[in-house]
Amino acid sequence: MRILGLDSSGLVAGVAIVEDDRLLAEYTTDYKKTHSQTLLPMLDEIRKMVELDLNSVDAIAIASGPGSYTGLRIGSATAKGLGFALNKPLVEVPTLEGLAWNLWGTEKLVCPIMDARRNQVYTGVYAFEAVGEGYELRTLLDGGARDIHTVIDWLNENGRDVIFLGDGVPVYGQTIRTELSVGYQFAPAGNNRQRAASVAALGSLYFAQGKTVSAAEHAPEYMRKSQAEREQEAKQAGGDTP
Amino acid sequence: MGGSILEPMEKDVLILAIESSCDETAAAVVKNGREVLSNVIYTQIALHTQFGGVVPEIASRKHIEKINQVIEQALTEAKLTLQDITAIAVTYGPGLVGALLVGVAEAKAISFASGIPLVGVHHISGHISANYIEHAELEPPFVCLVASGGHSHLVVVKDYGEYEIIGRTRDDAAGEAFDKVARAIGLGYPGGPKIDQLAKEGNPDAISFPRAKVAENEYDFSFSGLKSAVLNYLNSCQMKGETVKTADVAASFQKAVIDVLVEHSLHAVKQFGFSKFAIAGGVASNSSLRKAFEQECARQGIRFYHPSPIYCTDNAAMIGVAGYYEYLAGVRHGYDLNAVPNLKL
Repeated sequence: MRILGLDSSGLVAGVAIVEDDRLLAEYTTDYKKTHSQTLLPMLDEIRKMVELDLNSVDAIAIASGPGSYTGLRIGSATAKGLGFALNKPLVEVPTLEGLAWNLWGTEKLVCPIMDARRNQVYTGVYAFEAVGEGYELRTLLDGGARDIHTVIDWLNENGRDVIFLGDGVPVYGQTIRTELSVGYQFAPAGNNRQRAASVAALGSLYFAQGKTVSAAEHAPEYMRKSQAEREQEAKQAGGDTP
Repeated sequence: MGGSILEPMEKDVLILAIESSCDETAAAVVKNGREVLSNVIYTQIALHTQFGGVVPEIASRKHIEKINQVIEQALTEAKLTLQDITAIAVTYGPGLVGALLVGVAEAKAISFASGIPLVGVHHISGHISANYIEHAELEPPFVCLVASGGHSHLVVVKDYGEYEIIGRTRDDAAGEAFDKVARAIGLGYPGGPKIDQLAKEGNPDAISFPRAKVAENEYDFSFSGLKSAVLNYLNSCQMKGETVKTADVAASFQKAVIDVLVEHSLHAVKQFGFSKFAIAGGVASNSSLRKAFEQECARQGIRFYHPSPIYCTDNAAMIGVAGYYEYLAGVRHGYDLNAVPNLKL
């Protein structure tokens, strides 16, 4: 089974090819160029490097959100174009789950936090559960856009130690240090940002479980409405109040 | 290997075109640059109407939801598969960057996975090229007025894909002025067709609105003064307690816009010594504008071209036509093609 993984949900652009238990190739950059200029050239590079026949890929795993709206769409449109042209299904890997997979096997809780601006983070809480000879990811707190304090409160109440990762760490690290009452660690470079290899590996698992969508039906899960819709709703809600 | 004599001398060039620069998700297949085999448009207008204009983030979200269906339908209607396609053309600017990126990323991925060459196309070049679809005899050089919600350009089309902008708007685009005036008289969005419709019931000479000239360039446009004049007129009517005849406002405003567009355009045709003139863009489907150009061109002995309304609005067929000529000229884009929101013609 060959799964192509793509992640352009944040500042990182990543492409990877996983074949069963082998990572054939991975290319990750965290650089100022737009994903529009990096993602496909990177995929082209690894295709050439490992002489990949794209038609041999079984599915395209895509970090499906949350994340930067534009970044998500560049990844999604790329995955949709590949899926359409190759006639292959897509596997949607929620960005937070892909991030959590970077810390495969930890006994601690995993809390990815992505900076969502507007004083919010995209976050969830995950744990690894041994299943057979491997682990499966369990969701303890569903992914969503929320205030950092909400997740800190949840973790304090839960009481288990936790590892944080994601681009929200540099932004909210101090808040965590000040307010968290349980033991915590911050994941290091190489594990603390989106990795397409994790998206492809977790995607392989989901593919084996039959969790696929067609290229046509896939769209990112933003976890947030557009600003115009939020403002309209706020206005309508306000208008209803006498 | 030499070609068999049984093979046709020239193979058909089939362009799959993708357009997502604003609020239309569109795909088309165009044969040999002039024959439209399919032209699929998913319009989001209804979605944006409640917000009084295009909301970029909502437009981008809709593009990603619809783009594959639109492409698949374009191939199905053309009775072709991706394998039959010679090149993929995609709008990469100007437009809303988030919206453009959906089409660009999709087109690049299809090109990458299929090995079909990629040709990036300028949106305005597409609008101008829409004129080639229904006018087999039309060839450059000619003058073209491109007027839409985002653009008001007077362009000398020197050759296929070779343009010189000789006039542009200094402030509002023509279509933008239509939208703003439509909002002021309570017609809503999109303003162009609504004003066009209402103006039919009004007197275009009822109110005298200004025709702005731009001092430094005889071909440039300015519509913000006209827009302000309309708003001032509405205000003063309100102050005096007079009832506004909106049909007269629509007709008089529209005439003021058209007068300027016609005068500048045809002046350019004469100055550059051409005998052909074309219009393009959303505003080009305005019925009064067409009529004014028809009459004035006939009077001055200029051949007048305009696309059908379906090719005036944003569509992918026009991108396929422009892409065909770019393809013939050897233009190819790489996998690093980016969306360029303010792309120059």
